[in-house]
Amino acid sequence: MKACFINGVASISAQATFNQSCFLEDVIVHNSKTINAIHPNYKDFINPITGRRMATGVKMGIAASKLALDSAQLACPDAIITGTGMGCIEDSEKFLNSIIENDEQYLTPTSFINSTHNTVAAQIALTLDCKGYNVSYVHGSVSFESALYDAQLLLHENEASNVLVGAVDELGNQFIQDIVISEENQSQAILTPFGEGAHFFTISSSRQDGSYCELKAIQIINIATPDSIQENLKEFLNQNRLLLSDVDVIVLGCNGDEFDCYYHNLQRLLFDTIPQIHYKHLCGEFFTASAFGFWVATNILKKQYIPNSVKLNNVEKSRYKNVLLYNQFKGRQHSFTLLTSC
Amino acid sequence: MDALKQELKKNIIEQLNLEDFTVEDILDDDPLFGDGLGLDSIDALELIVLLDKDYGIKLTDPIEGKIVFKSIEVLANYITENRTK
Repeated sequence: MKACFINGVASISAQATFNQSCFLEDVIVHNSKTINAIHPNYKDFINPITGRRMATGVKMGIAASKLALDSAQLACPDAIITGTGMGCIEDSEKFLNSIIENDEQYLTPTSFINSTHNTVAAQIALTLDCKGYNVSYVHGSVSFESALYDAQLLLHENEASNVLVGAVDELGNQFIQDIVISEENQSQAILTPFGEGAHFFTISSSRQDGSYCELKAIQIINIATPDSIQENLKEFLNQNRLLLSDVDVIVLGCNGDEFDCYYHNLQRLLFDTIPQIHYKHLCGEFFTASAFGFWVATNILKKQYIPNSVKLNNVEKSRYKNVLLYNQFKGRQHSFTLLTSC
Repeated sequence: MDALKQELKKNIIEQLNLEDFTVEDILDDDPLFGDGLGLDSIDALELIVLLDKDYGIKLTDPIEGKIVFKSIEVLANYITENRTK
């Protein structure tokens, strides 16, 4: 079975992450309920004539994918796989509102094209003239992990050598605002703002000098209790021939809601002696926010440094070899991702 | 007629997201497709919807569409002669 090396990474988020030389040294503290991504100048990446019809999510996807490929010094991948929770929600809202306002008449094509969830992967392929495998996963908060898992299988099965994997979600104008209002009525609501972003990674079977790390394993579990997740995690490590003590950093998708008890149990009972990391206070909560956590983990392994802004405790280690990511949303769609230095 | 041409230019810029264009940039006899504004087949669909929605004109003949969408001048004349609202 071939290995999976992360050779290129890129992030567009509510922090200045598009600048590859920075790693969350100066973070923006967000106090609003929703936070937009910090957008690069898309005219540097997209022809204005082509870009005029593109949704924000498509533009974010194209710019981030270009940067991820450039950082791996790759012109065109063998496959493009994306994950998204809501797709280009802004155009979906526009299209659906237009149906209501115009009594199902006068439906324009642009917002329909953008509202299909595979439009980001498709537009990236058109931009790169990539005619290879092109798949999009829409599985709530495990959308990115599903895409990542597919990429790993392609490399393991030797069906591709270089895969572009990414995740995109937009904030939109209306639907997420309704979710914010609905969330405020919960007894223990999500405390992090709602956000958006695009994160892309070039994953290859060959290691490069500039490789970030190696993707070892991914596991997705739909339903688990705060107690059973501990056993699931031990079993996941066991399958990868690791002990709890082999994990150097745990990256957690805490968002402040009542389901953070899943994370608290792991923090307190299994990982109280290693660095614990959170990230959703920086990027916001959205279905593919875990891709931001993945971006943080890849940078920690490459740079061997944990920025203060993501630390949940003050434990430090002299070397970081194995990083474990755990995320869940509302007590469902749990995912473990294991990265190791290379 | 001049008011209609101005209205068409404004609506086309807005509907087709021609961010880099202003009403003043579009001349009445500029070709809408090809070398002029560089519109494409999806823009043609958007224009067909615009004609139906704003002026009550249903374009069904592709050959007729090719003539009607030649320029703002031609489009404005066609709308004046055929509009139902």
